[in-house]
Amino acid sequence: MDLRLKALTKSIWVFHISAGSCNNCDIEILDCLTPRFDLERFGIQLVGSVRHADALLITGAMNRKSVPRMKKIYEQAPKPCVVIAVGQCALSRHMFRDSYNVCEPLDKILPVDLYIPGCPPKPEAMIDGIIKLVNKIKEVKK
Amino acid sequence: MSHKIIVPIGPYHPLQEEPEFFQLYCEGEKVVDIDIIIGYNHRGIEQLSEGKHYDQVAFLVERICGICSSSHPYAFVLAVEDLFGGEQKVVPERALYIRTIVDELQRIHSHLLWLGLAGHFIGYNTVWMWAWKYREPVLDMFEMTTGNRNSYAMFKIGGVRRDLKEEDGPILKKMLDEFVPALDLFRGAVMDDPVIQARLKGVGILTRQQAIDWCVVGPTARASGINIDVRRDEPYGVYNRVDWNVVVEKEGDIFAKTVARILEMYESVRIIRQCLDKIPKGEIDAQLRDVPVGEGIGRVEAPRGECFHYIKSDGTNRPVRHKIRAPSFMNVASNKVGAVGGSISDATITLAAVDPCYCCTERVAVINKADNQKVMNGWDLIKLSQEKTERLKKELKA
Repeated sequence: MDLRLKALTKSIWVFHISAGSCNNCDIEILDCLTPRFDLERFGIQLVGSVRHADALLITGAMNRKSVPRMKKIYEQAPKPCVVIAVGQCALSRHMFRDSYNVCEPLDKILPVDLYIPGCPPKPEAMIDGIIKLVNKIKEVKK
Repeated sequence: MSHKIIVPIGPYHPLQEEPEFFQLYCEGEKVVDIDIIIGYNHRGIEQLSEGKHYDQVAFLVERICGICSSSHPYAFVLAVEDLFGGEQKVVPERALYIRTIVDELQRIHSHLLWLGLAGHFIGYNTVWMWAWKYREPVLDMFEMTTGNRNSYAMFKIGGVRRDLKEEDGPILKKMLDEFVPALDLFRGAVMDDPVIQARLKGVGILTRQQAIDWCVVGPTARASGINIDVRRDEPYGVYNRVDWNVVVEKEGDIFAKTVARILEMYESVRIIRQCLDKIPKGEIDAQLRDVPVGEGIGRVEAPRGECFHYIKSDGTNRPVRHKIRAPSFMNVASNKVGAVGGSISDATITLAAVDPCYCCTERVAVINKADNQKVMNGWDLIKLSQEKTERLKKELKA
């Protein structure tokens, strides 16, 4: 396995982008890090700068003001970088799809590796998704 | 000669979960001016709701904000029930009690969430972890009463969607009993901690007069000595039938805001307990049909302050106009007073102290890039439409 990919299976550092969400997914992401669910025991933690990140957690229906900034952030992230779409808004724009300010769904803008559906997804769903992703990376080029 | 530097915070800053952009103009350590730039969350909800029927709008407004996701639907259903003659007249008794319970549970969860984030903002992550740990039982209570952790989907026009089960009452009371010692512990830890007092006392002061001038609402106003609360001033639900107090603090600094929020959680626990004792049996839904013509308003005391919804109906199944004013709209602007004059290290907690919720607040305005002038507002659009009518009239005559 590629050494850079192998590094992704150990402890994923996550950068969180809220691209026009309603806070629901964001507080559930923070919930994952707090004592009941405690994702840090798997080495997963939120980082302050995208330059340190292995994964981008993106929530919310993309709007015109956030899409250019999100693309910029994605360019700054070190590759390989995993993009995770959290919540129904990031997957399909949910009930905001008719809005004048909302753009295309996330996978038309960035290459998405993992979809976590739900409005909002429960912390268990997020943990399950990330574990599935790690297993998927492990299967690459075995 | 002054030498200003600009410190940008945002839009995607590790500290804040929402995208917002502050520009702090600093002279040395001192903040002399501040620019607040929002709009990263704008989804055009008012316009969307004019294309959906009334039952769908309740779900839509729930997704304005994930933290106060019972206040917005509550204010919306109040506005529609205002057209029918008022909530107290049309909604069954049991539904009123269930609404009040959900609203107060939400206040506890929102205040705990803010306290945790405030701890995070001053670099005190222990408080963050504690507050969110004790928030989990509250979310469990939500899951039990409404079926969801965050978006509750409880409110419908004329009642609630889900009944409180008979056996849930005692379990809820027991969970509240277990929650109060945790709250006591938390209050002691926050109010007696010398580090927190040193960081928060005398910081970001909003005096009573300033609070009035900047029209702040909710706990931000009550911490500055203004005695306002929609729950008491214009009662909805069963707030006029239970015994509780409005928490008012005088100092106006961030410590006062913290204390006000902690004490409000005790009041919320009191209200829920009384509701669980008094809740009558009966219907939970009035089955209202055919929204009458007219204009209705709904006011709800959200955890951040007064949340206001306005509905104009023309007798069809869709609102003609839906206007929303969220509390953060007033509170965020008061940062202009709170943060200016303080040091730059206090700016983070001062900006967060009003419990800002940007996804509630987002507005849109069309600006001409060349001269920075607003291109259109509502009146301009009305004028345009009138001109068009005139033109069409002339064309039709000719």
